[in-house]
Amino acid sequence: MPEQVHERWPRYAARGLLYALATLGAILFMGPFLFAISGSLKSAAEIHVFPPSLLPAEPAFGNYARVFDLPGVYFARWYLNSLIITCASVLGTVVSACAAAYGFSRFRWRLRDFFFIVLLSTLVLPEEVVIIPKFLLFHYLPLALFGHTWIDTWWPLILPSWFGGGAFSVFLLRQFFLQVPRDLDEAAVIDGANSWQILWQILLPLAQPALATVAIFSFLTHWNDFFHPLIYLSSVESFPLSVGLRWFQQAANDPSEPRDHLLMAASMLMVLPCVLIFFTMQRYFVRGIVMSGIKG
Amino acid sequence: MPSQPLTDRLRSAPAPAHRRAALSLRAREELAGWLWTSPWLIGFFLFVFGPMVASLYLSFTKYAIGSTPQFIGLGNFVRALSGKDDLFWPSMGRTVEYALVMVPIGIGLSLLAATLLNQGLKGTAVYRTLFFLPSLTPVVAAAVIWRWLYQPDFGAINWLLWELGVDEGPRWLTTPGTALPSLMLIGLWTTVGGGAMVIFLAGLQSVPRELLDAAAIDGANAWQRFRNVTLPLITPTIFFNLVIGIIAALKVFALAVLATQGGPNYATWFFNLHLYNTAFQFFEMGYASALAWIFFLLVVSLTYLNVRWSRSWVHYEGGERA
Repeated sequence: MPEQVHERWPRYAARGLLYALATLGAILFMGPFLFAISGSLKSAAEIHVFPPSLLPAEPAFGNYARVFDLPGVYFARWYLNSLIITCASVLGTVVSACAAAYGFSRFRWRLRDFFFIVLLSTLVLPEEVVIIPKFLLFHYLPLALFGHTWIDTWWPLILPSWFGGGAFSVFLLRQFFLQVPRDLDEAAVIDGANSWQILWQILLPLAQPALATVAIFSFLTHWNDFFHPLIYLSSVESFPLSVGLRWFQQAANDPSEPRDHLLMAASMLMVLPCVLIFFTMQRYFVRGIVMSGIKG
Repeated sequence: MPSQPLTDRLRSAPAPAHRRAALSLRAREELAGWLWTSPWLIGFFLFVFGPMVASLYLSFTKYAIGSTPQFIGLGNFVRALSGKDDLFWPSMGRTVEYALVMVPIGIGLSLLAATLLNQGLKGTAVYRTLFFLPSLTPVVAAAVIWRWLYQPDFGAINWLLWELGVDEGPRWLTTPGTALPSLMLIGLWTTVGGGAMVIFLAGLQSVPRELLDAAAIDGANAWQRFRNVTLPLITPTIFFNLVIGIIAALKVFALAVLATQGGPNYATWFFNLHLYNTAFQFFEMGYASALAWIFFLLVVSLTYLNVRWSRSWVHYEGGERA
């Protein structure tokens, strides 16, 4: 009987197979990274040698500094732009999602449940459907109000985050606020606390893990965002890293002076903050992903 | 009683003297609710609902930015569906092909990876981190890295093939036959170890140990335990990953812009690339809005069908939907 044969399989052989599979997976996932890191440390001459060496003959750490002062590539500027745009968006997301989550979780108001369903349904709304009118809005509305367009500025990238910060953030914080017993705020109300004080002194200190999760995911979303900067920005100096790296990639096609090693270094520099955040805040990560999966 | 809102308790208080205070408290609660939620409400009407209505209107017009929209009825939809736009159906086809590979293979591999991580192997945390790291990579960085791996003369992939005896490997991203599969591989690399795997892992960890032990005592082998105990219990997570995975795959855009520019010969010209190009390269905002609505209807109807279909195979504990 096949089951019997299977059960009689020596346990160490089955275990060994599992380890082999897991290791194969790790190699497949990490291989491209390791090859890119190795490439980022090679010299211009070494990068176009076939067969490629696994490790650079002499690690050229200078490549990482070189990325920042290449003519026509404003890497330092893009890095700073990305940091500013991302931090401004994260702040907006956390502040406005907290407010909305508070409104959805702690007060009874007409249409609340209706709007909560609306909020949940925007989770699956593709941004592509609204992007054209949003583009027109950011062009014509500031033009009418202030006399100049907001296209090719950072406003369209940052401002939407200050109005709710996305359904996922609101949803996650609301679930968290709902877990905090209402007895706590009722006691505070009796002591004369207003709704600001309840949010600030009771809910937010307890919700710190949820706030961290929202901030992390918001950071990654905005740091990695390629679609919106591509549509709204045209001046190279105002680019964040995502569209900047693409600019660099397309500018580097001159075969007489290979730049692949510098492109690899630039990519690694872009990945770096994401990896750092992951390693310092791993538990919030898993919590956030799992929360997104249990909303039902 | 303790979890009941304060206003309820006040309202149920019999003394008529409290009544006026309770009413005004109720009104204040109503107002506070609207005020606290107002950032999101404004954002919803300004950046979601308003634009949706606007793009629906624009989809019935001919509109170049700067001009006045000109109503043309169903003209844009006819242009798309009748094939007068000779990139509409091919781009739809590419996108569906991409999703048909990404969704089943992606979900299957994510589940396999999660199952491996749930075996109590030593060093599981390390394996999990290594599996997860690619999903953190910004798509731009992933495209730059993989373009170099696919580079036909010095790239890692053709080098591996050369070691295996293939003298001249394919020109991966510049040959129509290999460009799409090449992008699929990048897509799998960035998604398999990511959110779907973590969600599966949480699902697997919530399968009660006793059920698996009981099945083992009854003589079920590892595959039978997985097939008949674990799999039915994790159908809700499979369903969730399916819904999210389909939408994510249909939205494929940045990868093609960065790695192939939609080429060669439109082999990776995905639907959203077509939409982007129509709107922001040719500035045909009316026709592009029609494309956007076709895409939206596709996503909504697939999600709806998915939810309908899920009733026949998704098992919710306690027999009710979560």
